[in-house]
Amino acid sequence: MSDITKQSLTELVENIKNKNLSSTDITKAFIERSEKSKELNVYITDDFTSALDKAKKFDQKPNLDLKLPGIPMAVKDLFCTKDVKTTAGSKILNNFVPTYESTVTENIWNEGAILLGKLNCDEFAMGSSNETSFFGNVQNPIDKNLVPGGSSGGSASALAGQLTPITIGTDTGGSIRQPASFTGTVGLKPTYGSCSRYGIVAFASSLDQAGPMAQNVKDCALLQEIISTYDPKDSTSIDFKRNQYSKKLNNNIKGKKIGIPKEYRVDGMPKEIEDLWQKGIQYVKECGAKTIDISLPHTSYALPTYYIVAPAEASSNLARYDGVKYGFRAKGENLIDMYEKTRSEGFGAEVQRRIMIGTYVLSSGYYDAYYLKAQKVRKLIKNDFDEAYKKVDAILTPSTPSSAFKIGEKTDDPVSMYLNDIFTVPVNLAGLPGISIPAGHDSKGYPLGLQIIGKAFDEQNILNIAFAMEEKINFKNKITDWWIE
Amino acid sequence: MSKNSAEYLINRKDNQYEVVIGLEVHAQVLSESKLFSTSATKFGAEPNTQVSLVDAAFPGMLPVINEFCIKQAIKTGIGLNAKINKRSVFDRKNYFYADLPQGYQISQFKDPIVGEGKVILDMPDGQKEVGIERLHLEQDAGKSIHDLDPQNTFVDLNRSGVALMEIVSKPDLRSPDEVSSYIKKLRSIMRYLGTCDGNMQEGSLRADVNVSVRIKGSKEFGTRCEIKNVNSIKFMQMAIEYEANRQVDLIEEGKSIDQETRLFDTKKNETRSMRSKEDAHDYRYFPDPDLLPLEISDKFINDLKNNIPELPDDKKKRFIDEFKLSPYEATILVSDIDTAKYFEEVVAKMGKNRDMKLAVNWITGELFAVLNNKNLEISQSPVSAKNLAILVNLIKNGTISGKIAKTVFELMLDGDKDPQKIVEEKGLKQQRDPKAIEALIDKIINDNREKAIEYKSGKEKLFGFFVGQAMKASGGKANPQLINEILKKKL
Repeated sequence: MSDITKQSLTELVENIKNKNLSSTDITKAFIERSEKSKELNVYITDDFTSALDKAKKFDQKPNLDLKLPGIPMAVKDLFCTKDVKTTAGSKILNNFVPTYESTVTENIWNEGAILLGKLNCDEFAMGSSNETSFFGNVQNPIDKNLVPGGSSGGSASALAGQLTPITIGTDTGGSIRQPASFTGTVGLKPTYGSCSRYGIVAFASSLDQAGPMAQNVKDCALLQEIISTYDPKDSTSIDFKRNQYSKKLNNNIKGKKIGIPKEYRVDGMPKEIEDLWQKGIQYVKECGAKTIDISLPHTSYALPTYYIVAPAEASSNLARYDGVKYGFRAKGENLIDMYEKTRSEGFGAEVQRRIMIGTYVLSSGYYDAYYLKAQKVRKLIKNDFDEAYKKVDAILTPSTPSSAFKIGEKTDDPVSMYLNDIFTVPVNLAGLPGISIPAGHDSKGYPLGLQIIGKAFDEQNILNIAFAMEEKINFKNKITDWWIE
Repeated sequence: MSKNSAEYLINRKDNQYEVVIGLEVHAQVLSESKLFSTSATKFGAEPNTQVSLVDAAFPGMLPVINEFCIKQAIKTGIGLNAKINKRSVFDRKNYFYADLPQGYQISQFKDPIVGEGKVILDMPDGQKEVGIERLHLEQDAGKSIHDLDPQNTFVDLNRSGVALMEIVSKPDLRSPDEVSSYIKKLRSIMRYLGTCDGNMQEGSLRADVNVSVRIKGSKEFGTRCEIKNVNSIKFMQMAIEYEANRQVDLIEEGKSIDQETRLFDTKKNETRSMRSKEDAHDYRYFPDPDLLPLEISDKFINDLKNNIPELPDDKKKRFIDEFKLSPYEATILVSDIDTAKYFEEVVAKMGKNRDMKLAVNWITGELFAVLNNKNLEISQSPVSAKNLAILVNLIKNGTISGKIAKTVFELMLDGDKDPQKIVEEKGLKQQRDPKAIEALIDKIINDNREKAIEYKSGKEKLFGFFVGQAMKASGGKANPQLINEILKKKL
């Protein structure tokens, strides 16, 4: 049984279609491994009993035309799931059970997948190490006491630890790509407007985007074609022609022009990251692509811009968690007192920090200097990419400036924590698609990722490049099952 | 001094003060569903029965613009002769309150859907133009109910997310009467357009009133106070009157006026401070990232423009030109769309040989009196336009006298009866046979010989006595003109 959980999504689907495996076999295997993996703390809420029922039901009348026939999977706890508790990693939603389903998860269930449970994440997706979750740290399967990255840390750990064959996360400033990089998995942040935000607990509306996480590029492409749909319920959803990404996946990238932005060579970047990047450049060249040095001159402003725009939107998006309608409510002397106590007790420190930053930058007298200025810089950052894409088809960068760090290492230093997103944040600000693929290991044996950034709506192109590189890199994740009880 | 007899000034020993008023009118958009959700908007439904997940701000819920509400706002803008902005932006106005589920209201701040326009008021001493600053769309909040329980406040979210148009006037109004006229005109225009029902009792139309005072002739504006959420014309007038006098008194005492938000206490007839400028909320407006800027094409606007019905000002002009009504009569008839409709239907049913004057008098006289008495809208009139037209025609062609017509009208009230049938059934047809009238008059003269002699000797006042007697004898049915003629001959 144990090798079931080692299979990729593509293999599992094939085995179901060939009737080598039933949905029940697969679901049982993932549940059993999950039961033995409590130490990773990936689940906030499991739905195993119900998952087994659904698997049995599927097997009674299997519809093998579906893309995810009877495939069990767990999802980040930021997606609202009907009748299954959805917390966003926060105490303030600890008792919240939605009566509705997010469009992205709905799309997945419509293709036959079965919900295993809800995965741990940073509180309201605010964090880069999964340490801000009310439900505790998540362990990285790579090594004990190593963070899995964040905010989709539970998703990345569950995937790397083979507790779910595929998963979905959300990415506001790197929350899919950075944990993918830290766990040796593949994560795609689609173009803004590609996946509906309907039913996803909002962090920063103009940056949030759901995306697939998988063990390989092909699985990632398949999941992307399932979750990306035009949705009139989200006014920022864009009605563009979406590909059957997995069917059109192609490793021929001969003649593609790949940009190498000099501004991503940041001060203090470890040599092994630079080396990895050079290796990446070598790989794409070996695949027949050309690399071109480009400049994205406003890159250094991306992080400060992000830390104005995202908290500003968050401060307003999180105003609804006030104890009045649903979720946690503290007792108060009066309405204002109830608000203050509910929000002080219900939100963790990082969320409170960002609400305060956001409130500050939107205040009258500061709005022009911060929020408005940040919006202008955001436009400049987008223009940088537009200019670059006149010369190149895609851009190659490291995913993160370092490999995974130890739990607790950066919790007292928010700025050093924020710096982790330095390569991923510009992509969100520009609304572009970006994919992180595992590309090597550092001296400690921890995985490192490379990021391929594409033109808007050009997911197919970066998937193809990633697919071609994946073959060359031939990455093997070093998972020892150290946590298995 | 004042060339304007209706000028509203506040007099103190040495000074005359002018009152400057600007209004922010909140008009509920007439729409089946809310501004950003598909919930119903019906007034008076059971609490919390018209609330969607979006209205209650559940996690992950997103607003989607209701196109119909956009059309309604643009139509209103056209009715206000205003500039329609092809690009407008929805912003978030952030504040905490129990009946504001999102923790922000979606409104329009820097870029409203409608820009500057104007409204013409018909005042007793002529027309007055009032500038419109802007019209923007926003969501209404829910309703907090404080009086159901001594400990708790209840919240009804039925109103949460309902579309409002905030219509901001320039500070062009100068008296409570002008304010009344302005509100009525706005209401009339929106009712013509079908964009707001203007029902103030149900809160579909309410206003924040900005009041300041200044020495007459001064060019500078005084410090203004904003009186929040006044929901009747009468209260607006009372509030302005109180507030203007309060401000004048402060100035006369050498004190200064604080810019502040005030409440009007309808029981005590006074305004009270709600919060000062220092305590004003910082709403932290910023563009709502859940909604893209609203872009409207010329075609979209023109299609709406081409389907705008005739509005009160144009209708009034037409009534004067086409029906030869006086400006006064025309103003009354166009002020409410249902009255105008009723009148036009009467005109149409009267046919070619119509008496417009008579029709106007009957509508504004008898009919209005009945509606007033019974507290009915003209749309609920017990007498249909068709039957009123028949009645007017019966008078016009001499079938009945005006006096008999009043009797017939009374009978029509019960079940909108056909006046023709009433006249026939009750035998109320006018007596027009000269021979019969002659016989009748002969008898009266005979019975009143002495009075006839007095009349002949010069007591001409007695003529009326004979007319009255003749009328009485005919049961009111004799044609008064014939009575006159025959009496003159006989006496």
